[in-house]
Amino acid sequence: MTLKSDDIRNIAHLARLHIDEDAIDRYAADLSSILALVDEMNQVDCSGVAPLSNPLDATQRLRDDVVTEENQRDKFQSIAPDVEQGFYRVPQVIE
Amino acid sequence: MSLGVNEIRRGLAKGKFSSVEITRDYLARIARYNPTLNCFISVTDEIALAQARAADAALAKGNAGTLTGVPLAHKDLFCTDGVRTSCASRILDNFIAPYDATVVANFKRDGAVMLGKTNMDEFAMGSSNENSYYGSVANPWNTGHVPGGSSGGSAAAVAAGLAPGATGTDTGGSIRQPAALCGVTGIKPTYGRVSRYGMIAYGSSLDQGGPFARSAEDCALLLQTMSGFDARDSTSSEQAVPDFGAALGRGIDGLRIGLPKEYFADGLDGRIAAVIETAIGELRRLGADIRDISLPNTRLSIPTYYVVAMAECSSNLARFDGVRFGYRCENPVDLEDLYKRSRGEGFGAEVKRRIMIGTYALSAGYYDAYYLKAQQLRRMIKDDFQQAFTDVDLILGPTTPEVAFRIGAKTDDPVSMYLQDIYTISLNLAGLPGMSLPVGFVDGLPVGMQLIGNYFDEAGLLNAAHSYQQVTDWHLQAPELEA
Repeated sequence: MTLKSDDIRNIAHLARLHIDEDAIDRYAADLSSILALVDEMNQVDCSGVAPLSNPLDATQRLRDDVVTEENQRDKFQSIAPDVEQGFYRVPQVIE
Repeated sequence: MSLGVNEIRRGLAKGKFSSVEITRDYLARIARYNPTLNCFISVTDEIALAQARAADAALAKGNAGTLTGVPLAHKDLFCTDGVRTSCASRILDNFIAPYDATVVANFKRDGAVMLGKTNMDEFAMGSSNENSYYGSVANPWNTGHVPGGSSGGSAAAVAAGLAPGATGTDTGGSIRQPAALCGVTGIKPTYGRVSRYGMIAYGSSLDQGGPFARSAEDCALLLQTMSGFDARDSTSSEQAVPDFGAALGRGIDGLRIGLPKEYFADGLDGRIAAVIETAIGELRRLGADIRDISLPNTRLSIPTYYVVAMAECSSNLARFDGVRFGYRCENPVDLEDLYKRSRGEGFGAEVKRRIMIGTYALSAGYYDAYYLKAQQLRRMIKDDFQQAFTDVDLILGPTTPEVAFRIGAKTDDPVSMYLQDIYTISLNLAGLPGMSLPVGFVDGLPVGMQLIGNYFDEAGLLNAAHSYQQVTDWHLQAPELEA
């Protein structure tokens, strides 16, 4: 699979990553070479093999639906880029 | 200098030196050698000395923990309450963690002193430590060469005697490979053995924390502190944790050790193969029963790993958005611009490559061809190991195909860098424990031997490594440092 510059722009958008225009070709080449490595997977027939997502085949542990964390809003907001009155500020979203 | 963790512990217990004295010694060594080696991103002098004073008081009162007063370093990927936790990324350059990782809390509980936070590849993505926002780490054995990665700072710090032990994390070899390249001992435990809470996530189904130290005996002590069930990690294991130290010294007479033929095939430096052969001879003399085995899908572990790891990282790193913590770009025009530029400017090139591959592999129309296929291959790789473990107790091979390469030698070719992980990454896919220990040199650079154990058999690995280290002295070699 070879990726073209428009593919890179599309993937970067999906990943919400700004990529400088003059770096697009480089990413296209690098990502294409990684995909060429990945395409080695196609040599193997895996039909009938159950996918493995947790290496120990463990399932997600559940817990009771009760509050376990204490409120630390001020501490958490002390490291935020922009806050006001307990809210996180971002550029205006709704006109 | 260059004492081990257990030696320091005994010295403190006997009153040969105080924790403040030994901590000052390490801080002085860091001040002297870190400008050349760049092992540390942050040195936490004041915290270290305060903890050392508290440790001396506890030692005087006779209520010391297992590591009271022992100075150690943490990979800068473990969250440390009130201390910058950068993950070697610009995006977290200003991030003061608001809580302790469970691993960090466990070391505090047992009395350890924190010297600082070690350098690494950004978000643990790399095999050379060159992908750090804070610059490359130099290999203490030859400063023109890489220390390996991603936990390169921790491995180099232990090799250079800037810390007697350090924490690391291993997603595809990030403890074992730098341990090999720096000539120290490191262990990646079974997936689920060490809590991932507060360990900044890369590939969540692969990530596992573990220690670096100068010997298997020291690793056993550090791993003891790190291990155990943690309700805050949804994949933490409830398996009982044995006394790792007590398992040492039982010898390896009759132990069945398998040599996978795929680990000694094309691509392995013949001089490394010769060094490993000599080490195998030592194990044979100790009574090990050496057998040939096969792990047929080894070659496919690289593409499989890179799909799984990159897919998981693209999801995990979505949280870095410039809103709640970390770097935010200047003057965003709208929310999308804020996300894109904060991430585009905050992440380095390798991190962006991996996020994009992962995004692509998970995108509509490609999921089955990439992610699902990789998960099927993952089971086949795991099955290979399970088959092998019906015939052997441990598996042995080289940790890396080459010794430490020159800084800059592979930076233009991501794929050639990925091939460095050929012997290490299949364990993460299978979730198995593995360790690397030094067994010799090629061109004045250390060679690491990897031991692979069955699930939750860290004690068996440590015992085998300890047995080897009782009759050899490769682990005691130390580099001459340039100040």
